[in-house]
Amino acid sequence: MCLGIPGQITAISDADKLMAKVNVSGIVREVNIACIVDEEHTVEQCVGDWVLVHVGFAMSRIDEEEALHTLRLLDELGELQQELDAMEASGVRA
Amino acid sequence: MKFVDEFRDSQKAQYLKQAIHNLAQQIEPTLSRPLQLMEFCGGHTHTIFRYGIEQLLPDCIEMVHGPGCPVCVLPMGRVDDAVNLAIRPEVIFTTFGDAMRVPGSTMSLLQARGKGADVRMVYSPMDALNLARQNPEREVIFFALGFETTMPSTALTVLQAEREGIKNFSLFCNHITTAPTIKAVLDEPDLMLDGFLAPGHVAMVIGLQPFEFIARDYYKPLVITGFEPLDILQALWMLLKQIAEQRCAVENQYARVVQPTGNKAALNAIHQVFATREHFELRGLGSIDHSGVGMTANYSGFDAERKFAVKPLTVIDPKECQCGAVIKGLIKPWECQIFGKACTPETPMGALMVSSEGACAAYYNHGYRSAAA
Repeated sequence: MCLGIPGQITAISDADKLMAKVNVSGIVREVNIACIVDEEHTVEQCVGDWVLVHVGFAMSRIDEEEALHTLRLLDELGELQQELDAMEASGVRA
Repeated sequence: MKFVDEFRDSQKAQYLKQAIHNLAQQIEPTLSRPLQLMEFCGGHTHTIFRYGIEQLLPDCIEMVHGPGCPVCVLPMGRVDDAVNLAIRPEVIFTTFGDAMRVPGSTMSLLQARGKGADVRMVYSPMDALNLARQNPEREVIFFALGFETTMPSTALTVLQAEREGIKNFSLFCNHITTAPTIKAVLDEPDLMLDGFLAPGHVAMVIGLQPFEFIARDYYKPLVITGFEPLDILQALWMLLKQIAEQRCAVENQYARVVQPTGNKAALNAIHQVFATREHFELRGLGSIDHSGVGMTANYSGFDAERKFAVKPLTVIDPKECQCGAVIKGLIKPWECQIFGKACTPETPMGALMVSSEGACAAYYNHGYRSAAA
């Protein structure tokens, strides 16, 4: 019940009612964007945003930089792991 | 970047699996029993079972599936109240699909529909408001359920109804709050939890601060996490790191969605429409202080409890049903005396068997029935 799905805002359908069109995995539906609009991020600026959609509402913008940061960390973890494995194979314990 | 497949990458999952096993090897000699790590949220329970995450973990880690499924902790008396509202001839009763089959003491909402009640499943509270616009001669009630993730959507729907002057729309409000519920779990004397995976979408709304008491006062490490398999595995690795380093902190694995201070617009809407109740009953956990919200006096016209003078019913759960012990992690689902026998997803007796996010349904649907044999 508390799950959300990532989607991308493609257009503003009703600026007064804060409604936008969001593409969620190829399906376009209208969502309310009241939770992601403020003085610093206006209705028009929302087009192109990736958002987390929950029960017809865009609840949060998804930060691409943070997502990439997480994925890079995991790659580094893998590299570290490979190094540890190589050390173990050569008989040297970390 | 689609923010889904990238977080299901099997190679990265292997890295994390290995890193978790390495840390577990370090920690294991210091343990007198397996570590018990609780995922609070039913969404996390669903991911853990769907991707077989428990099978990837070392033996010294036991996952405890917590009470964070709002349908699962809905008391039977509130279901009866909902049915009593739904059978009123003037009412169109709207609900998320999860709640349709939750058993009341005499019937579920689905069974009430079978007997002629106008019960309709909706995707969004806005769909319920649409029904109110389209049916001005009827009273449309939305069964408002869920933790803080779902509160903003119902609050914003009420605010929209107010702006439009719609009078035939109301909420039957059963929203509950996360922090008091986790506190009730932590205060359970028989429980020996060593750390928490905290609900990412609740934190997306309320931020990190409401979780800080868990690390500060209860000395439990906690990681706020997302819902993809890599999110869960990374959060487990982060929890183990805290345990290995003997630290207790609130850490945020889900920074792509969760801002430290939460979502201001969502919180404003919540605080405008809802106020904390002194007590609220959660199924299996009993009455918990400040664990639920009701509607503020300014919005009493949208409050179905006041509008239809609901007299809250208290119903004792069937005595065979051990949902409470499962929610608290005191027993595994298959140890419940009716699991897979009288209680199945087709004929649920306990709420944990109703929703796919419930611990019992997750065990049952993913082939753990044999454990009961």
